[in-house]
Amino acid sequence: MLILTCPYCGVKAEETELHGGGEAHLTRFGPESSDEAFEGYLFQRENPKGVHFERWRHAQGCGKWFHAARCTVTLEVFGTYSAQTSEPPQNIRDAISAKRPGWTWRSFA
Amino acid sequence: MSEPVSALNRATFDGLAHVQEAGLQGMITLRGTVLDEGFAKAVSDVTGLALPGQRGVVSGGDSTLVWMSPDELLLLCPHGDTSDRVAKLTAALGDTHALVVDVSDARAIFTLSGPQLREVVAKLAPVDMSPAAFQPGTVRRTRFAQVAAAVWLSDAETAQIICFRSVAPYMFALLCNAATPGTAVGIF
Ligand SMILES: [Zn+2]
Repeated sequence: MLILTCPYCGVKAEETELHGGGEAHLTRFGPESSDEAFEGYLFQRENPKGVHFERWRHAQGCGKWFHAARCTVTLEVFGTYSAQTSEPPQNIRDAISAKRPGWTWRSFA
Repeated sequence: MSEPVSALNRATFDGLAHVQEAGLQGMITLRGTVLDEGFAKAVSDVTGLALPGQRGVVSGGDSTLVWMSPDELLLLCPHGDTSDRVAKLTAALGDTHALVVDVSDARAIFTLSGPQLREVVAKLAPVDMSPAAFQPGTVRRTRFAQVAAAVWLSDAETAQIICFRSVAPYMFALLCNAATPGTAVGIF
């Protein structure tokens, strides 16, 4: 069972109170973007064995979207953070580095 | 003018805990930035209550303010005072970016009372109901089986549970079932 702490209301919510929103930090290419960029936005997803970044919504709770950094192998959660960011904050990156030295994910490390 | 009627007309059940649909309750949803000074002052002036902090519940007189999210509060007041409170809040908030809506008829409220109420709630919601983790003054928005709800303790042996009016019969059935005599788990 995945347990994530919502950064907006502070509740330690278990998976059934949350709604998964897929991969985090996607750039939403739309009209006037190249076909390649649009295709990438629509279809290209990370499928890592290890460190991963996701969007979650505290659906049965405060209703807010937030981000989570976790390990897909162990379900270990490195941290949750605000939705109002386009990249993981430094404290989250540091928390991951402490547990998974040398990690990379897309352009982040 | 038609007579207002609550969802289950104060239906009751006695078991591990006393379950009651609490009848007509004025409920006003307030949306705005809770930490914004103008918003906080307007709400405080009208309600006479200090604003609750994160997941807080503040009661005084005939009113209760419940923290629902960083930009939402729920004000409980006597049912007959609802439209007056909405008007006063709307006037006090003026140009502040905020929303005030009477949601009394969209919700139902239940009271669960007795020394074993923690047992009953814990059967239905994925919430740590131990006295160490859950005390009066804190609200928990969660689910009760399959429906969204908010629960808080108004005192050590009384819980208030709010859900949508459309699922009130389901909520009452859940609570009665979880409170069936002889089904105590005895964990708290
Ligand atoms: Zn939340």
